[in-house]
Amino acid sequence: VVSSGNLEVFIERAALGGACKVSVDTAVMGFDNVWRAVLEDFFARHTLSDVHISINDMGATPAVVSLRLDQAVEELTGAP
Amino acid sequence: MRHSFYEKTARQRLAGLLDPGSFTEFLPPAARALSPHLPLLDLPVAFNDGIIVGSGRLEHRTVLVAAQEGGFMGGALGEVHGAKLTGLLERAREEKPAGVLILADSGGVRLHEANAGLIAASEIIRAMLAVRAAGIPVVTLIGGACGCFGAMGIVARCGDVVIMSEEGRLGMSGPEVIETSAGVEEFDSRDRALVWRTVGGKHRYLLAEANVLVDDDIGAFRRAAVDALARPVSFDLAAVEAEHVRLERRLAKFGACADAPEIWRGMGIARPEELSLMDTAEFLAMANGAAP
Repeated sequence: VVSSGNLEVFIERAALGGACKVSVDTAVMGFDNVWRAVLEDFFARHTLSDVHISINDMGATPAVVSLRLDQAVEELTGAP
Repeated sequence: MRHSFYEKTARQRLAGLLDPGSFTEFLPPAARALSPHLPLLDLPVAFNDGIIVGSGRLEHRTVLVAAQEGGFMGGALGEVHGAKLTGLLERAREEKPAGVLILADSGGVRLHEANAGLIAASEIIRAMLAVRAAGIPVVTLIGGACGCFGAMGIVARCGDVVIMSEEGRLGMSGPEVIETSAGVEEFDSRDRALVWRTVGGKHRYLLAEANVLVDDDIGAFRRAAVDALARPVSFDLAAVEAEHVRLERRLAKFGACADAPEIWRGMGIARPEELSLMDTAEFLAMANGAAP
């Protein structure tokens, strides 16, 4: 679990048939394209499967979202 | 090496406080015990509603612990947050651990869930008094960035022992609340020196509202918590009445004072202006010679 004042990322193993699922709960509306871009970048950096990522967001910037996602993967895989 | 308590998250504090690897969480993030109120206001929730509860060991003795996460809405007490703490205290009556430790880091009731939060606070207090009546000590540790204010200030003072660092703050209305309601002439919340000498650990220790003052170091908090569990629990009508007499005397003696150093002088502290700059050991050596 990685958390901060403006973003909380929870990453867990889940039986998704090799896929990944990301749930985003955000206070800020109208940034669907930015979220999609940040998540596409994230999945370009990491090869993951059967992982469920849940995000509680309170207006974090895209850079912070990327950082927290990377930290969450580190916690899950134990690799820096 | 010192590890700041103030700068850590709730989870890091628990990891540093308890015996390594001994912590088991109740209602972990995967259980998703979420606030039912925040989504109605289009506000994001936290997977643990701002508090971590569980059991662990402290010097090989089983304790139940709660740690508030100041990073989520100032550690504010909402309905689920409060229910987790109440449930932990009720569990203590059944399991009879060596004690219950509450790592407070909270501005008080979460205003978005005001009524539910206030009810939760009263439920916590009732459960806490029942735990004490069963002879199990309840120890509150205050050393986080949000301090311990409002309802959590009351909760802290309903326990057996309060352990504080100078950086931790304890009070009823927080500095910003006092300034908003009574004006900047009454209390300037941006005057950091004023804030710390009024609600900070040293003043609370001198007023006997904090029982133990420690450095901002998780190891120091741990040692103080171990000692606190060794104290006998004294919770009966005579103890409550004696406390009321003490508070009446204190009010009569210091009620007219405008600022903390006046109180310190009244306690017989020779150079109160030097007190804020002393380190903890120096301060304790001096304070334990003063009369509250």
